[in-house]
Amino acid sequence: MSNSGSSIHSPDEASKALSGDATGVGPRAPDGVETGLRQFPSPPSNPEEAETLAAAQQGDHLAFARIYSQHKRRIYSLCLRMVGNVAEAEDLAQEAFLQLHRKIATFRGDSAFSTWLHRLAINVVLMHLRKKNLALVSLDEVMEPSPEEGPGRSFGTADLNLAGSIDRLALEHAVADLPAGYRLIFILHDIEGYEHNEIASMLDCSIGNSKSQLHKARLKLREALCAYPRQEERR
Amino acid sequence: MIDCPDTMSCQQFQSLLPELIGSGLVAADHPHLQHCELSNSLLADLETIAEAARQLLPIVDPPEELWEQIESAIKATNMPPITE
Repeated sequence: MSNSGSSIHSPDEASKALSGDATGVGPRAPDGVETGLRQFPSPPSNPEEAETLAAAQQGDHLAFARIYSQHKRRIYSLCLRMVGNVAEAEDLAQEAFLQLHRKIATFRGDSAFSTWLHRLAINVVLMHLRKKNLALVSLDEVMEPSPEEGPGRSFGTADLNLAGSIDRLALEHAVADLPAGYRLIFILHDIEGYEHNEIASMLDCSIGNSKSQLHKARLKLREALCAYPRQEERR
Repeated sequence: MIDCPDTMSCQQFQSLLPELIGSGLVAADHPHLQHCELSNSLLADLETIAEAARQLLPIVDPPEELWEQIESAIKATNMPPITE
């Protein structure tokens, strides 16, 4: 590692030479809402980004710090959205970047770097959920929640009507209560703005599976949201 | 365009929705919705949820200390990078 001895206390400063924070606001972000969409197209369109990645792969610590700076917000936010707990999210983000440090040289550019890193972080999160729940939570398993975790069959009934408005808090709670697989797909597609082909690549599933799981997630959320006012009224 | 006979039931239509929505087609143009209030209501709800999600859980910065922790852990573990 060429710069392994140097201490970089401000990776943000190290990345100033790069174009912005690279957090990016994607095409589906509404005005004033930063959702943080993709950073690196495949291959990196910015030669400087490609150089940084190549340098990090050669063990350049400063370059790794730049990559951390570019991706820290999205990786941390993904962890936070998945576990809903700041301390756990910090631990998971740290583990994800430590794994990145070990594995970055194995990145071959078959997909966008951010997609590859996202997949790595997702696996860290799922491993954490497996340990926490003392239950098997593999990528395959989260993609196929059990029938009782899925949406009900009466999703087309007329009494379910959100009337075009959603309580933000209710939606956050409903998302947090989704089975891990549904939550993951919903976060990646509807919150972070990834397309189905990218999610399929990240999760090693078919595009059809990604679409189907997202649809079930939304149905499950609809059920929860429609029940929410009734729950409140009972209190 | 997904073929849709007029006699399509709500259940049949809703089974098409993942593909219909996921393909970027204008689901509201589907013939079934011209006469089905139930499916219109479902579609409106799903679109409301997707729209609300875009403003949900904004991206946030990790604490400043996180980098120092990562850097310390890299030094402490001193594990060689994986090259293959």
